[in-house]
Amino acid sequence: MSEPAPAAPAVTDAERAELRRHGMLLTSIEELCDWGRSHSVWPLQFGLACCAIEMIAASMARFDIARFGSEVFRPSPRQADLLIVSGTVTKKMAPMVVRIWNQMPEPKYCIAMGACAISGGPFKQGYNVLKGIDRFVPVDIYVPGCPPRPEALLHGLIKLQEKIRGQRLGTPAPSECPVPEYAAHDLDPTKNPQLWQPPVLVRKEGA
Amino acid sequence: MNPSGLPPLASLPGPQIRAVHDELHGDLLELSMGPHHPSTHGVFRMVVTLDGETVVKLKPVFGYLHRNHEKIAEGASYLGSMPYTDRLDYLCSMTNNWSYALAVERLAGQAVSERAEYVRVILAELTRLLNHTCLAGFLLQDGGASGTPLMYAFREREKILDLFESLSGSRMMCNYQRFGGCRADPSPAWLDSARALVDGYGRFLDEYEALLTGNEILMARTQGIGRLSPQLAVSAGVTGPMLRAAGVGYDIRKVDGYGFYPRFTFRVPIGADGDTYDRYMVRILEMRESIGILRQALRDIPAGPILDPKAKQRGLRPKAGEVYSRIEGPKGEIGFFLISDGGPNPYRYRVRPPSLINLTILEDMCLGQSIADSVVILGSVDIVLGEVDR
Repeated sequence: MSEPAPAAPAVTDAERAELRRHGMLLTSIEELCDWGRSHSVWPLQFGLACCAIEMIAASMARFDIARFGSEVFRPSPRQADLLIVSGTVTKKMAPMVVRIWNQMPEPKYCIAMGACAISGGPFKQGYNVLKGIDRFVPVDIYVPGCPPRPEALLHGLIKLQEKIRGQRLGTPAPSECPVPEYAAHDLDPTKNPQLWQPPVLVRKEGA
Repeated sequence: MNPSGLPPLASLPGPQIRAVHDELHGDLLELSMGPHHPSTHGVFRMVVTLDGETVVKLKPVFGYLHRNHEKIAEGASYLGSMPYTDRLDYLCSMTNNWSYALAVERLAGQAVSERAEYVRVILAELTRLLNHTCLAGFLLQDGGASGTPLMYAFREREKILDLFESLSGSRMMCNYQRFGGCRADPSPAWLDSARALVDGYGRFLDEYEALLTGNEILMARTQGIGRLSPQLAVSAGVTGPMLRAAGVGYDIRKVDGYGFYPRFTFRVPIGADGDTYDRYMVRILEMRESIGILRQALRDIPAGPILDPKAKQRGLRPKAGEVYSRIEGPKGEIGFFLISDGGPNPYRYRVRPPSLINLTILEDMCLGQSIADSVVILGSVDIVLGEVDR
C-alpha cells in the first residue's frame, strides 16, 4: 500500500469524538476498510519448529487468538493474509518459505516469530540455518523470544493491526520476492539485497 | 539375539509396487506432500506414489529442519548443550534434559541426590502426560476432527505448562536438569499443585476417552489401518509406544530401571494388533499408568538437597571415555552418545532420536492404505521434526 503524506483533516478528531458522543459515526471508506481488514487477518497455517507449538497454543482456548479476529488459519497460501514464520528457517526450507510468500495474495504481511526467524537465534552458528528470514521476505513485525509466549504473539498481532490501520488504500506495491536456490554450499543468492544489507560496522577513531 | 523371540524378518514380504498399468487402472500419480502441509506435523515431506487413492510407494524426505544440533554441541561446553536439548523434541524438553544429564553424569561419575531423582521422575511423567494428550489431539486433527480434541488437549497442556513454568521459569524450553540434580527445588506449594493436577487428570482422561475411544468414526479410521508387525518393529529399532502397540513389551523404565523407576509399581500396556487404534490406545493406557507413578512419587518424595552445590556444572572436563545413556521418552528411546577426550567440550555428540527411527517404517505401514489414512498413520507415529532432523 502506498502511503502519501496525510493532508490536514477536514474534521478534527475532537469534532468526531463529539459527534460520536451523539451517536453519529463520521468516517471515511479508507478508515472503515482498514478497520475491517485489521480485524480479519487470516494467518497461514504454517509451522516450522518449536514456535509453531506456541502459535497453536495462541489459537487454543486459553489465549484465544479469535478475540483478535485471526483464528481462521488457512492451510493454503492463496487464502491467507499473514505469514507467521514460526521457527528456524533452514537453508533447505528457505526457498519454500519464499515461494509460499509469493503465492499469497496482496495485501500480505509477515511476522517473524521467535529468535530463529529473526536472526537464526541459538542456531545461528549452524551451517544450515538461515540467519533471519528478513533476508528474503519483507518482515512487518518481529516477535522476540525462544519461543515467544502466546501473549507475545498476540502483542505482535495487535501491533500489526495498528500498522494495517495506518495504511491507506491504493495500488499495492508488488512484493514478489526472488526465490533463492538451495545450491551446493549455500543459498544462491545468500540474501535479497533490496531487502537486507549487512550492517555497516564503523570503527571509532583511535579505538 | 532377537529379544521378542519372533520369527526373522526375512520371512516377511517386503514393500512392493503393486500397481497395474492398463486401460482400466490408468497411470500412477506421484504426489509431493509437504514440506508445507497441514498434516505433516511441521516441515516433513513425503513423496507418495498413488494408484487411485492407494499408496503404492512412499518416500520420506527429511532435513528441512536440520539445525546442526550435534555439530553445535561438539563446539559447546557440556552445560552449554543443555538448552539445545530442549529444542530437540520441543514438546518434551524435560525428558531430553534428563537423558542428556544422565549421559554426562555417567561420563563424569556424578551421583544424583535422592530428591532430584524423584523430581526427575515426576517431571518425566508429567511430560509423558503432556505429550500423549497432545498426540491424541493431533491424531484426531489429522483424522478430520479439526479443533475439538486438540482444544481439550491444549487446555490440559496449559495446566502442565503452568507447573513447568513456575518451577523452571519457562513454558516449553525448561533447561531444568543439571549434572547431579535439578536447577531449582520444587516448593511444597508446587508439589501440592502437582498433586491437584494429577488428581484431576484421571477425570480429564475419562472425559477424553468418552469423547474419543468408543467413537465410531475414530474406530473406522484407525482400526486395521497401518498395521505394524512385531518382527518389523523390532528389526527396525522402533521403540516407545509404537513398539508396545505392536505387541512387544519393551519399556526402558522396566528394562534398564534407570532413575528410581524400580521403586514404583506400574504396568506396561501392550497392543494386540499393532494398528493405529492400538497406538492410540497404548498411549491412553500409558497415561493412566503415568498417573499412578506420579501419585506414588508425589507421596514418597523425600526432603533433602536437590543439587549438590559442589557438583561441577561449568567448566566440566570429564576424563576421556565414551558413554551412551538412554531413557524412555514419551516417543521412545531417547539416547545420547558422548565421547570425551578430556576437553571442555565433547569430542563426539550424537543423539538417538526416537521419532526419526520410528519414522523409517512409515512406508511399510502406509503401503496399500489410502492417502487419507497415511496422514493418520503418520500422526500415530508421533514425530517432532526438531528431533527427526536435529
